[in-house]
Amino acid sequence: MEKTQNNKAWFLVLPVLVLVAFSAVIPLMTVVNYAVNDTFGNNQFFWAGLEWFDEMVNSQRLHDALGRQILFSAIILAIEVPLGIYIALNMPKKGFWASVCLVLMALPLLIPFNVVGTIWQIFGRVDIGLLGHYLAKLGFDYNYVSDPVDAWITVIVMDVWHWTSLVALLCYAGLQSIPNAYYQAARVDQASRWAVFRYIELPKMAGVLLIAVLLRFMDSFMIYTEPFVVTGGGPGNSTTFLSIDLVKMAIGQFDLGPAAAFSIMYFLVILLVSWVFYTVMTNLDKEEGK
Amino acid sequence: MAQITLKNLAHSYHPTPKGEQDFALKEMDHVWQDGGAYALLGSSGCGKTTLLNIISGLLRPSQGRVLFGDRDVTDAETAERNIAQVFQFPVVYDTMTVRDNLAFPLRNRGKDAAYIARRVDQIARMIGMETILDRKARGLTADAKQKISLGRGMVREDVNAILFDEPLTVIDPHMKWELRTQLKQLHREFGHTMIYVTHDQTEALTFADKVVVMYDGRVVQMGTPEELFETPAHTFVGYFIGSPGMNLLPAEIRGSTAHLQGAAVPLGAAYGPISGRTQIGIRPEYAVLTEGDGLPIAIRRVEDVGRHRIVRGEVAGQMISVIAPEGMPVGSALTHVRFTPDRINVYADDWRVAPAEGAV
Amino acid sequence: MALELQAVSRVVKGQVHIQPTTLTLEKGTMNVLLGPTLSGKTSLMRLMAGLDAPTTGRLMWHGQDVTGVRVQDRKVAMVYQQFINYPAMSVYDNIASPLRLMGRDKAAIDRAVRETAEMLKLTPMLDRKPLELSGGQQQRCALARALVKGAGLVLLDEPLANLDYKLREELRAEIPRIFEESGAIFVYATTEPEEALLLGGNTATLWEGRVTQFGPTPTVYRQPADATTARVFSDPPMNFVSCFKEGHRMNFGGNANAPADGAFAGLPDGRYTAGFRANHLHLNTHSGSAVEFRCTLGVSEITGSETFLHLAHGEDRWVGLIHGVHDLTPGTEVSVWLDPAHVYIFDAEGRLAAPAAYAAAA
Repeated sequence: MEKTQNNKAWFLVLPVLVLVAFSAVIPLMTVVNYAVNDTFGNNQFFWAGLEWFDEMVNSQRLHDALGRQILFSAIILAIEVPLGIYIALNMPKKGFWASVCLVLMALPLLIPFNVVGTIWQIFGRVDIGLLGHYLAKLGFDYNYVSDPVDAWITVIVMDVWHWTSLVALLCYAGLQSIPNAYYQAARVDQASRWAVFRYIELPKMAGVLLIAVLLRFMDSFMIYTEPFVVTGGGPGNSTTFLSIDLVKMAIGQFDLGPAAAFSIMYFLVILLVSWVFYTVMTNLDKEEGK
Repeated sequence: MAQITLKNLAHSYHPTPKGEQDFALKEMDHVWQDGGAYALLGSSGCGKTTLLNIISGLLRPSQGRVLFGDRDVTDAETAERNIAQVFQFPVVYDTMTVRDNLAFPLRNRGKDAAYIARRVDQIARMIGMETILDRKARGLTADAKQKISLGRGMVREDVNAILFDEPLTVIDPHMKWELRTQLKQLHREFGHTMIYVTHDQTEALTFADKVVVMYDGRVVQMGTPEELFETPAHTFVGYFIGSPGMNLLPAEIRGSTAHLQGAAVPLGAAYGPISGRTQIGIRPEYAVLTEGDGLPIAIRRVEDVGRHRIVRGEVAGQMISVIAPEGMPVGSALTHVRFTPDRINVYADDWRVAPAEGAV
Repeated sequence: MALELQAVSRVVKGQVHIQPTTLTLEKGTMNVLLGPTLSGKTSLMRLMAGLDAPTTGRLMWHGQDVTGVRVQDRKVAMVYQQFINYPAMSVYDNIASPLRLMGRDKAAIDRAVRETAEMLKLTPMLDRKPLELSGGQQQRCALARALVKGAGLVLLDEPLANLDYKLREELRAEIPRIFEESGAIFVYATTEPEEALLLGGNTATLWEGRVTQFGPTPTVYRQPADATTARVFSDPPMNFVSCFKEGHRMNFGGNANAPADGAFAGLPDGRYTAGFRANHLHLNTHSGSAVEFRCTLGVSEITGSETFLHLAHGEDRWVGLIHGVHDLTPGTEVSVWLDPAHVYIFDAEGRLAAPAAYAAAA
């Protein structure tokens, strides 16, 4: 819809553009610079071309981290999305308890990431953590410091605890937009609960669900603070996900070149996936609008 | 198909109703005959949707019982009552095709595929959608979606009743004609009990065999369209039915004459002594403009509605409407208006008074 | 002080919403835009208001080109189908809001608000919030807000469509009175022919983005320029039957024929489509020249003092609006009579070939 032109709006956007340029575009260019040079960070640059990219693509260590990361994101999505939908379907729609539920759901989202990590780190400790202590009492051999499987389980449970509310809240909002007449019609049509979910609720939630999945995928793919605080990437490198590996490389080993190359590739992968999601979403919208 | 009985039915949306004004539906006893075509007519907020939802089970009444035939269904779920309901806004399952939409209620009841296919084709032909049965329901226009809603409401053959809640509101005038006729034909063919809620008196009168007029949560009159038109039991019915509604003039009734502001108007019958605030009611269709016969009228406006003209004028200090046929010229020679005597109704405190002797 | 549209059109993403339209709306006139849903009424109104820019053409106001002017700078008021009021403000504040934006002083605002409220019978409700009022009152509040700023152009987009039938009747009777008192140009969009007739003024019939005819309402009703206009401006729908002229007779099929008098005499021989309105069918031969048609009755609907008969005449489906109550049995053979003076003749392209005699005489 072409509204009558008003060019003053562009001037209002200018300050934001400057800020974004300063905080995002310039650092990005710096990283690109590092990715194609060999340097020890002392401002001496030797042209390396695509050597770092070559090394990274062929690095076994990168492949391992990538494999772990993909597995992690897949498990996270597989648990959080159905769980979030289930919670949203069962949350009260109005009244006093609706407000209570909304607040409870929002609480985990408000906690800073490193605090979340710290909570679970202590919570899971066998000696002083509530969870670790009682699991040990019940006879489970639980120790996230030494056992890789336990470490994974802890990190996954922590992420589910932290982020499922986001999916639940988004789906809840989607459900609220369904007019009552649809439910009434379903009762009249003698539809089963499953049919109501499949034909009324799920289609209406499709838009927000896609946003939720996109957000969760992006966040889990880039996850750093929480697992790092709990396990430090260990035991060994069993919970070393992509960004943890990247940081180890860049800051731990000071391999700036490879790390920069890695960052760029990481960035492009996320950009690609986001673009795919976005296109799917806008196509859904277009169909809806017809 | 069943007779629907409402016993001592009343409903309040307040948890603790304190008086009559808290009740959306005041206490009523009502029987809907098996196979009848009924219209529930009234303005917004008069309780007609509440009543419909109580019959279909979407709402549990705060008082009273609902019976289908001999069965008490007051506590039964909607699905158990085996009724169909069509809502005001199109309710269509977007992800399914038109065919699947129409088949949905039948599939939920486990009917076999051949029967479903036959029935869906029959209904699709009736709503004029047999050519687009395999299209997705998502991209269709509002009135196409409402037709699908209507079709889905009628696809089940063995329903106890079909309830319509202002279903033609979103439809264009031209399409309204077709759909109304089809609904009437459907009723003639299948004989389901049909209850049609509306605020549009034309829809109510054309569709129903019996019209139930509601006002402020109460049933004011139930009767055939003719009865409601000729002898409305309450001034509200007189006002609500007919476009424009009935003219009401305060008058004193003595025997078979009504006296207003000095003039005498002959009535069609004689009346006994009447107490209360008396009025005479005459429909604009039965008022005739004359050159000297009747009461003096000062014509203020003439509206041309195509097939006739509505003349608005002042009689005895009050504005009334008179309908003049299309060809008749409304000139300055027409200074009086005559009320056809046997079409005049007499009201005391808004309720109709029957004449002292004889019929009507 | 007139609003002129000169070859204004609107094309969005390759779809023509409004075909090139030229219209002149004079000061102090009530103009009705009549047409089915999606025929372009809202699009046309948005172009008039300046909410959308036309793809081609120009808009002139008082002889000045206002095509590129923003809507905030034009003196336009708009009323919508959904009663749009500021929910947090009282009715008084709602009505006062446009004046406050214009920077008038308090005394002038107070006077204008009270006058407008009085005109729309809102005076007892000035302190209430819109959501506490009934639908009709909310719409009156929206109307008051539109009228109070004394705009030269008032646009109403199906404002009564969400109201009850009876309420619609009442408000519709008041709109002409309000319109007369304000003296602005009123543009009123509706889908119902009866509303157009009741409002009077001028009517523009729209079909698929095109204005098929524009003129005084009774003229457009009785003398449609083409079959599309006649179809749009009829409720019940107009009935059509194909006919052909042979020598001095008009043949309507079967035994139904009539002498080709008056305007019909001048028609060249050939096939035409005859159109006539539902209320001109009668169940008896009411005039000497009436032609008889034998039809099969589908359904009869009684509305108070009149009856709608749904008839089948061969392949044609007709609706007759008959005076009186006639409860006839469906499926029976019925004879109906039509006076050729009530017949419009349209040619193969749908243009009016001969007007109905009664209309020309009126």
